[in-house]
Amino acid sequence: MLNRLTDSLNFQTQALSLRSERQRLLASNIANADTPGYQARDIDFARALREATGDLQPAGQLAATQSGHMSPLAGARSDSQKTYALAAQTNLDSNTVDMDRERANFADNSVKYEATLRFINGAVRTTLDAMKSPNAA
Amino acid sequence: MSMFQIFSVSGSAVSAQSQRLNVVASNLANADTVAGPDGQAYKARQVMFQTQLMGAGNDVGSAGVRVSTITEDQTPGRRVLDPKHPQADADGYVTYSNVNTVEEMVNMISASRSYQNNIEVMSTAKSLLLKTLQLGQG
Repeated sequence: MLNRLTDSLNFQTQALSLRSERQRLLASNIANADTPGYQARDIDFARALREATGDLQPAGQLAATQSGHMSPLAGARSDSQKTYALAAQTNLDSNTVDMDRERANFADNSVKYEATLRFINGAVRTTLDAMKSPNAA
Repeated sequence: MSMFQIFSVSGSAVSAQSQRLNVVASNLANADTVAGPDGQAYKARQVMFQTQLMGAGNDVGSAGVRVSTITEDQTPGRRVLDPKHPQADADGYVTYSNVNTVEEMVNMISASRSYQNNIEVMSTAKSLLLKTLQLGQG
């Protein structure tokens, strides 16, 4: 029964943690805007979310059949499957951080992070309202 | 919680950029010096940035920045004919530092823009985290 109360929150929770991970990646890109040879990276958010919610089997996942087995990150979130940004303009030091694009992505991701927070807040409020006694007005 | 890592990533970038700004300041200050501490003309310095991987486990992939080395520009300094100058050599030439003032000003603007960018990233991350702390409170 308690499961059903929290099941609806699960999707948003996964989305929130993926948003925070993407935020961290974009911050790394912005931090390395002047580092020679740095390649800007990003995650495929739609694929990562489908993998996190179980709609899609993460590519490259190791089968853990015993307690001692390691289970490294697999799928779109793993280091090897993050996307590389193409250089918008050629750069002498082969750095592919395009500050305009990164800032736009960062702003977009912050707004969507906040939207997810509001969705969770709304779901919590709805559940709390449903639990209230009808006499309490 | 992976968002907390942003502070160390952007913090490392801010400190690297401030070091770059420091080097630019010393280059500009020495643009017209004739002799450095070793008796030779001052050589322009430049910082080299390097990616520094941070975080472990699920946080792997955070990339901070650090200053790997500070290199000295080895191009010969500006030579000016001024036989009356106390530092003039046998031919009457004075060797000034090899600082290119225009290049340094451009470097300064670039460093201060990057600095501001990283500060903004940190303040955005901070406000998002504060809102996350209030999750479920109404």
